[in-house]
Amino acid sequence: MSKSLDCIKSGIITENPTFVQMLGMCPTMAVTTSAINGIGMGLTTTVILILSNMMISALRKFIPDKVRIPAYIVVVASFVTIVQFLLEGFVPSLYDSLGIYIPLIVVNCIILGRAESFASKNNIWLSMMDGIGMGLGFTIGLTSIGIFRELLGNGSVFGFNLMPNSYQPVTILILAPGAFFVLAGLVAVQNKVRLTKAKKAGSEISVCERTDGCASCTNALCSGKAYTIESVMEDKKEVEK
Amino acid sequence: MNLFLIAVSAALVNNVVLSQFLGLCPFIGVSKKVDTAAGMGGAVIFVITIASAVTNIIYSQILVRFDVTYLQTIVFILVIAALVQFVEMVLKKLMPPLYKALGVYLPLITTNCAVLGVALLNVQKSYGFVASVINGFGTALGFTVAIVIMAGIREKIEYNDIPESFKGTPIVLLTAGLMAMAFFGFSGLIK
Repeated sequence: MSKSLDCIKSGIITENPTFVQMLGMCPTMAVTTSAINGIGMGLTTTVILILSNMMISALRKFIPDKVRIPAYIVVVASFVTIVQFLLEGFVPSLYDSLGIYIPLIVVNCIILGRAESFASKNNIWLSMMDGIGMGLGFTIGLTSIGIFRELLGNGSVFGFNLMPNSYQPVTILILAPGAFFVLAGLVAVQNKVRLTKAKKAGSEISVCERTDGCASCTNALCSGKAYTIESVMEDKKEVEK
Repeated sequence: MNLFLIAVSAALVNNVVLSQFLGLCPFIGVSKKVDTAAGMGGAVIFVITIASAVTNIIYSQILVRFDVTYLQTIVFILVIAALVQFVEMVLKKLMPPLYKALGVYLPLITTNCAVLGVALLNVQKSYGFVASVINGFGTALGFTVAIVIMAGIREKIEYNDIPESFKGTPIVLLTAGLMAMAFFGFSGLIK
């Protein structure tokens, strides 16, 4: 029992996908224009993550190692399609505002990453717990970024006006550039934390070990990751020469 | 004229990276040098244009005909993954010079979310064959423009005195934010 609670705790706090692992940044930037969108996207991803984790865990002994990635993609894509229909039918407003980012959950780093690193090695129960933990962690991350952007950019939270009338909203924050600025700040804070930790431990961290968004992505298909690894290797070779 | 509008809107007004946040990973990962960025851009133009054409044919000829359009996400992602492999093999066999220029980058785009995103957007906006291809080409062109500009800026940034915690990804994201603001200027082009 305690093991399953550990899974949930690590997903929400110690290995939070948004704040610690920096996974799934594309949807994070695209949908956090308001708190309600953030929570909607987070919960949608959670449901898909739980279902796909359970399914992949159940099939882990039948999927041949060589074709596991395509197999995972098909499983995830099926669940995404199902959830997309449910959203369209029951929460059409959310379906409209999330739009193309719902089908794009298929290529979200978190889902394939958890499938590869957790669900393919653990039993169904633990995989479900991992899905719940990671999903809730992602939801909390998206919602808090959404609250931050909506509060400063529009003066409201979940559509309720919270700021005094004299407040001049920083509209740029809910537009596209704002997403880049907020994320830049977030990564910088995280780098700061890591640097302080490394200093305490008495060692220096190289640029390659910093959060590099995609470099920390466990999705084997993520194009940025493949390249980052490649370029790091090249840099190392040049240094050796 | 309409097709021209689609291309301009896809490339500049709704820039795929700067306003839709698709394909951010290669945008951050491959933008260290201008020539690699241009190579990546070329490969993306190539793949997205072909992928929009193929997914459009599959959508209208198979999915719509057999009334299974709900399978689009699954079908598109598998088709795109297979297509990239196929394009790589064909290029290697038939056009070695082009393969030499783009080959390294092709496997990196296999599941770039921009490719899937464009295919899905084409369906959502119910573009026909020609419009889909133009939209795909425009989107990829926008990606190339953004990544090459970014690489140019990053080559200069290297020599600047950046606060320790902003080195690496954060400064790239800040730059991208400023670029996104600049690209807002294009929104007046189309009403």
